[in-house]
Amino acid sequence: MEPLDQELEEGELVLPADSMHLNLGPSHPAMHGTVRIVLELSGETIVKADVQIGYLHRGFEKMCERGTWAQVFPYVDRLNYVSPMLNNVGYALAVEKMCGLVVPDRCQWYRMALGELARISDHLTCDGAMAMELGAFTPFLWFIKAREMVWDILEEETGARLTHSFGRIGGMAKPPTAAFKDLIRGTIPKIIDLVEEGEKMLLKNRIFLDRLENVGTISGKDAVALGWTGPCLRASGVAYDVRRSHPYLKYDEVEFDVPVGTRGDTLDRFLVRLAEIRQSQRILAQICDMMPDDGPVNCDDPRVMLPEKHDVYTTIEATIQHFKLIMEGAKIPAGEVYSYTEGGNGELGYYLVSDGTGTPYRVRIRPPCFQITGGLSKLITGRMLSDIVPTFGSLNMIGGECDH
Amino acid sequence: MSKLVLEKLKLAYEGAILETHSNHGDDTAVVKPESWKEIAQYLRSDPQLDFDMPTDLCAVDYPGRTPRMEVVMHLYSTTRKHRIRVKTRVGDEDLDGCEVESVTSIWPGMDWLEREVFDMNGVTFKGHPDLRRILMYPEFEGHPLRKDYPCQKTQPLVEYRTEEEAGRPLAKLPPFGHDEGLAFGRKHWPTATPGNGEEN
Amino acid sequence: MGELNDSPASTRTLAIDGNEHGFATTRVDALLGWARKYSLFAYPFVTACCGMEFMALSSPRFDLARFGAEAPRFSPRQADLLWVVGTISQRQAPVLKRIYEQMMEPKWVLAFGTCASCGGFYDNYTTVPGLDKVIPCDVYIPGCPPRPEAVMDGLLLLQDKIQSGDRRPAIVKPREDPAQIAEGLTQIRTGKAGKTAKAKRDEET
Repeated sequence: MEPLDQELEEGELVLPADSMHLNLGPSHPAMHGTVRIVLELSGETIVKADVQIGYLHRGFEKMCERGTWAQVFPYVDRLNYVSPMLNNVGYALAVEKMCGLVVPDRCQWYRMALGELARISDHLTCDGAMAMELGAFTPFLWFIKAREMVWDILEEETGARLTHSFGRIGGMAKPPTAAFKDLIRGTIPKIIDLVEEGEKMLLKNRIFLDRLENVGTISGKDAVALGWTGPCLRASGVAYDVRRSHPYLKYDEVEFDVPVGTRGDTLDRFLVRLAEIRQSQRILAQICDMMPDDGPVNCDDPRVMLPEKHDVYTTIEATIQHFKLIMEGAKIPAGEVYSYTEGGNGELGYYLVSDGTGTPYRVRIRPPCFQITGGLSKLITGRMLSDIVPTFGSLNMIGGECDH
Repeated sequence: MSKLVLEKLKLAYEGAILETHSNHGDDTAVVKPESWKEIAQYLRSDPQLDFDMPTDLCAVDYPGRTPRMEVVMHLYSTTRKHRIRVKTRVGDEDLDGCEVESVTSIWPGMDWLEREVFDMNGVTFKGHPDLRRILMYPEFEGHPLRKDYPCQKTQPLVEYRTEEEAGRPLAKLPPFGHDEGLAFGRKHWPTATPGNGEEN
Repeated sequence: MGELNDSPASTRTLAIDGNEHGFATTRVDALLGWARKYSLFAYPFVTACCGMEFMALSSPRFDLARFGAEAPRFSPRQADLLWVVGTISQRQAPVLKRIYEQMMEPKWVLAFGTCASCGGFYDNYTTVPGLDKVIPCDVYIPGCPPRPEAVMDGLLLLQDKIQSGDRRPAIVKPREDPAQIAEGLTQIRTGKAGKTAKAKRDEET
């Protein structure tokens, strides 16, 4: 240190200070694996944050152009991989909108039920991971235990725990099992019990509340201008839920509330998700009462549906139809369509362009958490380094969806 | 879907609108690229339209026609609950002049969306505060979602290990060639730059 | 449990026994192997959907802690098992390589899932077709995502290999290989004289 050349009064000495650059690298426990934040810090305060995504870009949109319309379903599963059924249903609805198909009632109820189960699983994962990142490991384990119960039901129905690929254009891969309603009625109360235990542990904890309250606040107007949708937007006070504003499937026949927050901070986003789990429980109870127990699940449009296996092996017409649907793909009429549903994170949109052949011309996914993560740098600038963890956790950035 | 949106737009910007349609219930307007930002500002600020949420921005490549690249913007109004799709066409055969004005100043949410369109399709947005790649790494050359970019052309950042180093075969074994499992009758787009010998 | 073989035509499997003294020549080696295999400090390099199954593995139902492999260490300097969970994109590859190089010997790598093993069905401009193009790998666990039981199989296979000091890469094979068990499979069509294809092959050899 150089000696001072002149006498200075107390408080007049200004030391030159460079900001510190810190890299919250792409392999980091709290970055959900795949986001890099390059920070400029002044002490603990963030002066500038550059959020870099793209570490899980898997070329979803390019891969869709290589297969058929039905081969997109496995790719779509892996977009928002904590609620894959919602993605499946969203894509199936988009293609059906383009064809002008309406699936039978039973299929609509079934899609809703599986979608709500996926939504419960999504919110449990998000809130559990958020708690874990703040140090509360036990509620995380409880929520994961609840999630296992949801996955048990989904495994019984679709055959897979996580990436089901269960949706089909014009229906579902298989009809519901005989025990579907009993499984739901039996499991959901247990899940709610676990959620309540987690709430009891977390929501009265002074440390947890201090870390979440008034952290990462955003106003409703700013959130809308950023393109936010879903629980993050509803926490800021804007009551936009696609299921309520633009009902699809049978959402206009079930009663449910849309939880809305007041402050738009991280705690509100946490609470909105917990409240939505309860609303999903309500919807599931009503679906179990209203879903017919028999009837077709798939529509019988020969342009998109595969014929019965027995017919395929015995008649030539069914063999040809089967062959053409598998090898060339269902010929969806030329045109473009934008179809949107309520995904786990918000408005999940698919913009499809067809040129009339069996291969998609363009499949664009409108990922809800892409825009939400776009707002992250605004949320954390000016706050402290340790506020990144709960804020980022509350946004529920799913790498597969954000980076498609 | 009410016809209000398209009619108001047609009244206000008669000359700039090339075509409109409402197929499948989606109101769509194709506009001239010069009026892109003006129309966007009008859609945002007109009190009856009030499109306050930028839903999506993407681009679709149509190599068969000129102009080649179509930039598609979806907007939503949380207060009036209506939607619109606004499209414009830019770029010639070789994708020169593929430029549109940036609407980031109108909706901050378009920031990342425009970066993504630039990254994937190569459309430049004039006036964007920070136009750089978002999903691909900066060393990547080319724009993957263009039809003439071969799907399997990789540009590795890290050199792959050799088989001598690994001591065992690392390549894919037959029967999985690069065309396995793909649809018959797929269009093969002629690639502008030769890829790794594979077609699209 | 299976070993990777170099000739693609055959499907020989070579079972290695965990307690065999084939490779570990001294009692000290055996002791070190025992200690290492039951105290693996994991570095979870989690990228994608397989991360959900990784979370499920740490959960009470499929408990990884009973195999000693629970403790996650988020610094590569302190970890000895690199779990590569999920797809590795070209952008992520240098990061993966750096993390692997920062780990200290002895270190092992577990490729969790098909994307990490061979790129999965993402055969495109942005995915590395398997992490073994970038770093060496010890055990490959196929599945998209693999069931937690399959991952535990892989972990136990790795523990056997650590015990015996074997560094040859291995894949977790299904418990029952359908190619070797023909009973119970529905036959759609049999060849002449009612023999299955497998029986005919066996006859020829």
